[in-house]
This record gives sequence, structure tokens and C-alpha cells, in this order.
Amino acid sequence: MNINAANKGPLIDANRWRRYQITFTTLFSKEVTRFSRIWIQTILPSAITTTLYFVIFGRLIGDRIGPMEGLAYIDFIVPGLVLMAVITNAYSNVVSSFYSSKFSRYIEELLVSPAPNWVILAGYVAGGVARGLAVGSVVLIVAAFFTRFSIHNLGVTFLILLLTAILFSLGGFINAIYANSFDDISIVPTFVLAPLTYLGGVFYSIELLPQPWQTLSLANPILYMINAFRYGLLGVSDIPLGLAFLIIAIFIAALGYYSLSLLRRGIGIKQ
Amino acid sequence: MLALSVHQLSKTYANGLQALNAVDLQVEAGDFFALLGPNGAGKSTLIGIVTSLVRKSGGRVEVFGHDLDREPEAVRANIGVVPQEFNFNLFLPAIEVVLNQAGYFGVPRKEARGRAEMLLRKLDLWDRRETEMRRLSGGMKRRLMIARALVHRPRLVILDEPTAGVDIEIRRTMWGFMREINAEGTTIILTTHYLEEAESLCRNIAIIDHGRIQSRTDIATLLSELDTETFVLNLKGRVCQLPSLGGFVLEHIDESTLEVQISREHTINGLFEALSRNGIEVLSLRNKQNRLEKLFLDRVEAGRGATP
Ligand SMILES: Nc1ncnc2c1ncn2[C@@H]1O[C@H](COP(=O)(O)OP(=O)(O)O)[C@@H](O)[C@H]1O
Ligand SMILES: [Mg+2]
Repeated sequence: MNINAANKGPLIDANRWRRYQITFTTLFSKEVTRFSRIWIQTILPSAITTTLYFVIFGRLIGDRIGPMEGLAYIDFIVPGLVLMAVITNAYSNVVSSFYSSKFSRYIEELLVSPAPNWVILAGYVAGGVARGLAVGSVVLIVAAFFTRFSIHNLGVTFLILLLTAILFSLGGFINAIYANSFDDISIVPTFVLAPLTYLGGVFYSIELLPQPWQTLSLANPILYMINAFRYGLLGVSDIPLGLAFLIIAIFIAALGYYSLSLLRRGIGIKQ
Repeated sequence: MLALSVHQLSKTYANGLQALNAVDLQVEAGDFFALLGPNGAGKSTLIGIVTSLVRKSGGRVEVFGHDLDREPEAVRANIGVVPQEFNFNLFLPAIEVVLNQAGYFGVPRKEARGRAEMLLRKLDLWDRRETEMRRLSGGMKRRLMIARALVHRPRLVILDEPTAGVDIEIRRTMWGFMREINAEGTTIILTTHYLEEAESLCRNIAIIDHGRIQSRTDIATLLSELDTETFVLNLKGRVCQLPSLGGFVLEHIDESTLEVQISREHTINGLFEALSRNGIEVLSLRNKQNRLEKLFLDRVEAGRGATP
């Protein structure tokens, strides 16, 4: 029997689009398998932190804070906490997975393959989205134990979750391309994402802020996502919904384009 | 048909080091080709460019007629590469490494499973398929990289020092395997430091040094260019006084070991006859220096003389 009947040509799908689909599915399921295998590091922490937030801010001191935008405080913080989990998990999934593949050089398995850059990017982003949504759902389930929310607008809720997860997966990808050490992959989450999320109105309505902080907050893109998501879940928002979608779309387009241009130039992955 | 055609290929790394300098190289389809050169000669850089791991600074690469710049997907689809350094996810089971690679190439899942099984069986890894990569021995890791390189049935297989650090028995198995797939029509290019590897496997050869091709010929021609060969003889009994034999230069290593140089116009038969006449009996003989190694050093030296 032949081992490598080379004259038959490569054993790849003759249809280019089916070939891309196989590549994408392989990458995606590799990513899902990865974060599911290490669920104690990837899924559990967010579930625990948000439980603590609900217990402390919702149950213990929430009553003293009083209602926010006409909602019980514990209800008000649900959307922000869910979105915070989505942002952190989408971002860290892509940044650590892609950086590890650079660090241990198995990124080369992809570089030698005929996979086009956009399929590679799509596979990693889909992995980040899957983890973001998985953890987001876990947090929502936790929230259901503490609060009695009903989803105001399912379409908006889901779309914002999805788009936010895509956006921050792209962010994680760009971070991984530039990273040269494991330190470099925690700098942005710690020093940029966390502050922007906390200041993006997870715990308060920006109407409470004095000027100039109220206006300055409008420069924070995460504010728009949290408010749009809050609209989807609870029907209240500090921000017009259309503007929120527009801003998210612009960021996705810009980061997506930038990621592809980094890949095309081989920055950080090819000598 | 050319499997690989490289034209005026140059590479200058970011730190300014010029690793390849206008390299021209052609390898026929079906060939078993060796790329020889000392450490730092530019072998891995050349392979890196051909396999899309390193960006070229100038020049052209074609694989089975497909231009790397214009049809990168066709070029990559036709190549399987075994890199010099291990590059896999150490925490994945062996079989998943192979299946993922098949998936990246776009091999349909069912075909990929069948092919992975056949390759792992053939390379004696099937029983270890669920073992995490980091728990495999060095030789197993090397063989797994071969399985991974072949999973999409490439027409050109490139191996960068595939048997480095592999023990002799496994090396021979790997040689047999490479001969087999070459006989089936797979073009093979390998770089190696075990020069007898090139001698025993390859038909054609290029010697590269300082980022330039120093010579490009076939092994037989290269070997016939040898002027002298040196053998080491183990003798039965001791010999204190060396006879002088015309055409052979004898030297003592110790009382029962001799070193003898045979020039090209003389034969080993002639040597034995002359020794017998002098009552010297030989128990065993071996090449003092690998012949290719000697040639190789001569060539590199000549090349260095020509290009200061
Ligand atoms: N990433 C790199 N950056 C700078 N110089 C490099 C890099 N990789 C290899 N080199 C240099 O390029 C030359 C050729 O290296 P290489 O292609 O690995 O040679 P070989 O495989 O023949 O040993 C060497 O001098 C090496 O030090
Ligand atoms: Mg090398």
C-alpha cells in the first residue's frame, strides 16, 4: 500500500470554500476544546467573582444605595457584570491562546498551511466569542439566582453580546501579535480593560457623575456597550442605542482591518 | 518538471545579517536531494522562505510551477515540512497534533482520520496516539513531525536535519521510510549534519555556505572527485617495522593499528596483496573519515578562497 502517493496531488478538499470551512472548524473546535479542558482557569473565576459582586453589592450594601435609574441596584448592575465577563474572557482567550502558539512556535503549523489570514483570524475570534458567550451565560445564570430580571429585548441583548465579544477578541489578537512575553499579555487587561470597564458604568449611571467626568466618560467605548446591553436586558440606557451600535461597528472594522494588515506583514510571527 | 525552483533568493534579517545571497537552486520532481552546509550556512533560512515561515528579502520561489507570491496557497498545499526544532503544542495528544494539521490544510475530517492512523502505524506511534506530546521521547517527537508533515499527502517533503539527536536504530527506520516515500514519487529535500545520511539516501546535492550555493552536483560525481581515501586497519598480531609499499602511504597508530592512504589509481585489492606479501594480516578496516565529509570540507574551503 502506498504511504504517500504524491502524484495524486495533495489530499485537500478541491473546493476552496469547503477547504476554508474545514480550516475554520478545526481552529474553532481546537479553541473550544482548549478552554473547556481548563475550565477551572477559564470559566470558574468569572462565575465566582460575579457571585461575590452580587452578594456584596446586591444583597449586603445594595439596599443602602437605593434605586438607580428606577431599578433596584442589584438589577442595575447585572448587565455590566455580564458584559465585563464577556469582555475579559473573549480578550484573554485569544491573547493567551495565540500568544502561546507563538511562544511554543506551533503557530508555524498554521503558517505553513494554505489557510488564508482571514480564516486564521476568524477561527481565533470565534474561539474568543465562544468563551465570552459561555462565561457570559454562566454569569447570567448566577444573576438569575439573585435577581428577577426578564430580558427586555432579546435581539439587542444577543447582538451586543456577540459584537462585544468579537471586538475584544480582535483586541486580544492584536495584543498577542505584539506580545513578546507572558507579561505583555496581562498588561492591557489589567491597566486598560479593567479601568475602562469599571469607569464604563458597570456600577453607576453616568448621570450621577459631576462634570467634566460625565462628558469624559463618553470617550470610553465600553460605556456604549454596557448601556446598549443594559437597554437590551432592562430597557434603560444613558446612550442612544443606534450610536452604541455605530461605535461598536466602527471599532470592529478598524481592529479587524488592522489585525489582517499585521498578519499580512507577518509582524511578530515571521522573521 | 521542477519540484522547486529558487531564483536569486536573498534574505537579510532584521539585525542586518545577510543569511542568503542570490541563491539559485533547482530540484527535479522525484529527486532525493540533500542540502549540505555547516551551521549558520543558511539552510534553515532557505527552507523557512520556501515554507512561508520566513519572509524573503528578494528573489523568486516556485514550487511545482506555482509562484510563492502569486499562488501562496497552491505552494503551501504541495509542501510538507519537518522543521529543525520541535514546534508543536506540548499539551496535546499526538493524534490531535496530526489531525489539527490536516484540518488547517483543509483535508476532510474522514480522510484525515484514515491517513493519520496509517501514518502513525507506519511510524510506530499508533500505540502512543493519546499520549501528550511532552511525554514522547525525542525520537518519537521527530517521527510525529514526519507524520504531521505527510498528513495532507504533499508532493514535496522538506526535512531540516530530521535525524538530529535520534539514535541509530530509529535513524535507520526513518531512512527506510524516506526511501519508501521517495520511491512512490515524493520529492524529498533534506538538510543534514550526518553526512553519511546524504551519501546513503540522496541522488543530488547542493553545498551551501555563507548564504551562497558553493556547488550543485550529484553524489556519484562528487564522490568520484575524491583523490585519496584514508582507511584504518586493525591487524592480526603486531607489526613493528612498516614495509614500504608503492602507491600506499602507511602510518602506525599503534603496533596493531595502521592508517593507510590509497590514491585514486589504486585499489583495496592491491593494498591487500601488498600487505599479504609482507606477511601482514588484516582483521578489519574502516574509513577513517567520512568521504563526503572530507569532500565537503574541501569544497567549503575552496569556496571560501574564491569569495573572500
Ligand atoms: N531570526 C534571525 N535573526 C537574525 N539572524 C538569524 C536569524 N535566524 C538565523 N539567523 C542567522 O542567519 C544565518 C543562517 O542561519 P540558518 O539559516 O539557521 O543556518 P543553518 O540552518 O544552515 O544552520 C546564521 O548566521 C544565523 O545566525
Ligand atoms: Mg538549520
